[in-house]
Amino acid sequence: MEETMKEITGEDQKYVINMGPQHPSTHGVLRLVVSLKGEIVRNVEPHIGYVHRGMEKMCESITYPQIIHLTDRMDYLSAHINNEAVCLNVEKALEIDIPDRVRVIRTIMSELTRIQSHQLWWASFGMDLGGLTCFFYGLRDREKIMDIFEETCGGRLIVSYNCPGGLMYDIHPNFQKRTKDFIKYFRKILPEYDQLLTGNVIFKERTRGIGRLSLEDAISYGVTGPSGRASGFSCDVRKHDPYSAYDRVNFREVLFNDGDTYHRYLARIEEMKESMNIIDQLIDNIPEGPFAVKMKPVIKLPEGEYYQRVETARGELGVFIISDGNKNPYRVKFRSPSFVNLSVLNLISKDFKIADLVAIAGSLDFVIPDIDR
Amino acid sequence: MDKGQLAEFIKLLDSEVDIREEKQFTELNVPGPNLYALGKKLKENQEISFDFLFCLTGVDYGQDLGVVYHIRSTKHQQTVVLKVRTSDRKNPQFDSVADIWRTAEFHEREVFDLLGIRFINHPDLRRFFLPPSYGFPLRKDFVDDLNIVTK
Repeated sequence: MEETMKEITGEDQKYVINMGPQHPSTHGVLRLVVSLKGEIVRNVEPHIGYVHRGMEKMCESITYPQIIHLTDRMDYLSAHINNEAVCLNVEKALEIDIPDRVRVIRTIMSELTRIQSHQLWWASFGMDLGGLTCFFYGLRDREKIMDIFEETCGGRLIVSYNCPGGLMYDIHPNFQKRTKDFIKYFRKILPEYDQLLTGNVIFKERTRGIGRLSLEDAISYGVTGPSGRASGFSCDVRKHDPYSAYDRVNFREVLFNDGDTYHRYLARIEEMKESMNIIDQLIDNIPEGPFAVKMKPVIKLPEGEYYQRVETARGELGVFIISDGNKNPYRVKFRSPSFVNLSVLNLISKDFKIADLVAIAGSLDFVIPDIDR
Repeated sequence: MDKGQLAEFIKLLDSEVDIREEKQFTELNVPGPNLYALGKKLKENQEISFDFLFCLTGVDYGQDLGVVYHIRSTKHQQTVVLKVRTSDRKNPQFDSVADIWRTAEFHEREVFDLLGIRFINHPDLRRFFLPPSYGFPLRKDFVDDLNIVTK
């Protein structure tokens, strides 16, 4: 009798199913080959490369200012921060001192980028778990940041606002007012996010204790960003290796110890509040001065190796440039946070149900072009 | 422990390492066969505990192929760069460090895919982004008449 039951439920068999490449909850073209026993996940194997554009190879034949526009297309939700990473690396290599005004504007823009990225993540995470309302709430508020970007940078998603030596153009006269208006608005609206998801019983049941990642594994697998900090891994580049204007603002590094899906969620919600605090401290104190220093028309880095890391919305982005003194880099490597965070998926989704896999993958917050590059 | 002390400490762990003080990081040039043993010591020695491999890059130096490991200690906030090289372009291989730092598993698969460097004892060394018949695009002698325009 028991054996017949096992046959019917399929408990003694191993199913292998394909999740993706076209699947709403993989947020792009990611293919997961999932081995199941009944409903329990035994193994997850990511197959990537559907949007591989060979960016590192392309970088070898273009100049440094051109690379900036490629990095927009990696993690398109942190486009501004990706640009900043390349610019900071080039400026460090050339030992250029950047005006204070640029540092402050870059920091404000980075934090706005982080907020809008977390808003989109919150919207789609709620949708993954079956709450469609979140999607409308999240995108409604994100639109306001997109408008600020559009006014100042010209682009909404892919901003390309940085260039080596500063910014492409000065901020729009409305920038400060609109940013302050947005912060005021979003402070008021953020409790709604908590009402919709954070305190929701069904949401808690589906995320608490699911996909627990220990501190040792987080460090060994190199999981950074809010996902790593939810496990207690103190890895905020803004704190440990401050760049731009992060050394002059007070903010808290959001750390939790549980490392489950729920705390990865909380980490991002708390980060949005911290980002607003950072903007508050800077928005009224933008120093006067030039918005860029004059650079040579052809930028050549001195021979050597340069590594710059920044904190994107997903974790630590590293740009490693090997230069041989020419106007093109000899080798460029992007250490992209999504690629590294993906490696932990198999470990933490083992022995959970297939529906939990969607929650876990959503809480790690991948951007597929960032994985493939 | 400052940079000088760290260099002396590492010299005690492996006397064949060539330590260079670069602008940004301390560089350790390691002979290929010593890589795994040194990596294990760097991670497990409590006084330095380099436990976070944050970047792994494969490089084609023209004559040689090499791999660069950026390693940080989350406890002591220090960074070193490990470098290995091989002149064997036909069958380049190094020991895998995937069981020391688990993040290396994906990074090494990527390096294998794009540069054709094999990693011994890697749990699952297959191509990652590209189809099996594709060449190794990040090598400098890679030719693709269709997609790469050379001036």
